[in-house]
Amino acid sequence: MIGLRTHRLRGNLVLLLLGALATAVILLPLVGLLVRAPWSDWPRYLADPIVRPAIWLSLVTTAATVAISMILGTPLAWLLSRADGRAAHWLRALVTVPVVLPPVVGGVALLLAYGRHGVVGAPLFELFGLRLPFTPYAVVLAQVFVSLPFYVLSVEGAMRGTDRRYALVASTLGARPLRAFLTVGLPLAAPGIAAGAALAAARALGEFGATITFAGNFAGETQTAPLAIYVALQSNPDAAVALSVAMLALAVLILGLLRGRWLR
Amino acid sequence: MSPPPIPSATRVLDAHVLARRGSFAVDVPLHADAGQVIAILGPNGAGKTTVLHVLAGLLEPTRASPQGGHLGQVTVDGDPWAGPSVSVAPEVRRVGLLAAEHLLFPHLTVLRNVAYGPRARGASRRDATRRAMAELEALGVADLAGRRPGQISHGQAQRVALARALATDPRLLLLDEPLSALDPAARPEVRAALASRLTAYDGVTVIVTHDPLDALTLADRLVFLEEGRIVQEGGPRDIVEHPRNRYVAQVAGLNLFSGTASDGLHVDVDGLTVVAGEHDHRGPSWVAFAPSAVALHPERPAGSPRNTWDLTVASVELIGQTARVRCTGVIDLVAEITAGSLTTLRLHPGSPVWASVKATEIRAYPA
Repeated sequence: MIGLRTHRLRGNLVLLLLGALATAVILLPLVGLLVRAPWSDWPRYLADPIVRPAIWLSLVTTAATVAISMILGTPLAWLLSRADGRAAHWLRALVTVPVVLPPVVGGVALLLAYGRHGVVGAPLFELFGLRLPFTPYAVVLAQVFVSLPFYVLSVEGAMRGTDRRYALVASTLGARPLRAFLTVGLPLAAPGIAAGAALAAARALGEFGATITFAGNFAGETQTAPLAIYVALQSNPDAAVALSVAMLALAVLILGLLRGRWLR
Repeated sequence: MSPPPIPSATRVLDAHVLARRGSFAVDVPLHADAGQVIAILGPNGAGKTTVLHVLAGLLEPTRASPQGGHLGQVTVDGDPWAGPSVSVAPEVRRVGLLAAEHLLFPHLTVLRNVAYGPRARGASRRDATRRAMAELEALGVADLAGRRPGQISHGQAQRVALARALATDPRLLLLDEPLSALDPAARPEVRAALASRLTAYDGVTVIVTHDPLDALTLADRLVFLEEGRIVQEGGPRDIVEHPRNRYVAQVAGLNLFSGTASDGLHVDVDGLTVVAGEHDHRGPSWVAFAPSAVALHPERPAGSPRNTWDLTVASVELIGQTARVRCTGVIDLVAEITAGSLTTLRLHPGSPVWASVKATEIRAYPA
């Protein structure tokens, strides 16, 4: 910033006021949360029997979600970045659906697909006796469903932006396609991968609708931090506030990761 | 059409490059022996880069010639790389490619960039590193080994990229306008490094260029393309003496002399000593400079550049805003000056004139 020039802004007083209002809309709730936070009793609230397991479950499932997104999403992003034409266009649109879909609807869809009588769920149960809904695996599945598209779109953008001639050079140097991808393609897309992973983590950490619909809300089993906050708000508001502040801190941490790579 | 391939022990490249892109077709036979440098010249869109990409395997050659009969094929050291029933992937071909931009991998150090090829071809980390260091030393950039591409100059980066292309011992070295993206100040240094490295290289070099100077200083044979076909090919001397095409004539417009290099600075041209840019060969030598490098003065120039000759104007030709002034005397040369300076100098056939050329503008190379 070179400094605001007041003579230019004066004429736009209306815009200035609306901008300030927007900032307030975003900032005030956060201030309210921080002001009400039971700072002195923090350790006690974090010791609450529902808080610890919820935070732990959120961290573990988020880590799993990010890992799965990276393993499955990176190849898909690469395909999308290299493919042109109608099929790729439709595939990209399809991948984007969970971004715009209300998470609850996603949860219902997951339940119908992986439930006891679902398209995937029925054979899974009959062949392996596997039941996904209302288990910690369902939590991860729900989070992957909503987070993967963010990861894929971010990485695809990064891969599309890298110069393809690097891959050609790698091939003339003797690198087979997989080697060229691992040693040149991936490192060059690293900023996009980091940004995608951070976005996916943020999305997974905050996931509520699809989780509660598909995985339920069993303390110590499928109750993630956002669900625990919602429940605690009825019985133990201070614990809910403490948990909320913890999640705000995590979110800010992720934003910090994003800033370095993506938001500059 | 060039003569049919003659089987010989030193023949490295036998190729008939056929490629088609929409209505545009490339049909170029190319043959070269070990150690030869072929320059491909031609206007934009003549198909020069397409030829390189077919040789590198980045483009599939068309198998039938546009007029039928011939089959597109690339054979190196007797091994078919591309042909009617063969298509060897780029990573299996022994090629080195250097483009106008260095395209060094930005996330790897200089050393790891150069070691990348040997590693990809199965060398151990230690062997690859040793090979890379040797190649960097050969190009005079070994001190940059630990740096990242972003921390070195473009000229240095282009030398590193050349080292990287050569570190895999390619049989074909493909240079696509290797100097064109460099700023003029960095060009001579890289051109010199390239020229001296190529003399020690026993594979075939194919260099695509716009710059006649690069072609004349680096190549044994010049191939001129227009609209995907060869319009003329030959040694630098043939080309300069007998241009048969407008584009070729533009190249021939160079002032080119044959002489004898007596030391690293001077070349004797018919009893006249020309001070040329630094060179490390002795004996038979070409001396070349562009007409635009010649400055004309009404009187002996002050400060007296080392190459200053008292000449007589033989003819003046005005082409647009450029005047080509042909001068005779101790040396016959063509100068290109602006129409404005032509007026100031009041030159006409028969006028006495002093011509000077900076030594740095004069290139000397082995004949």
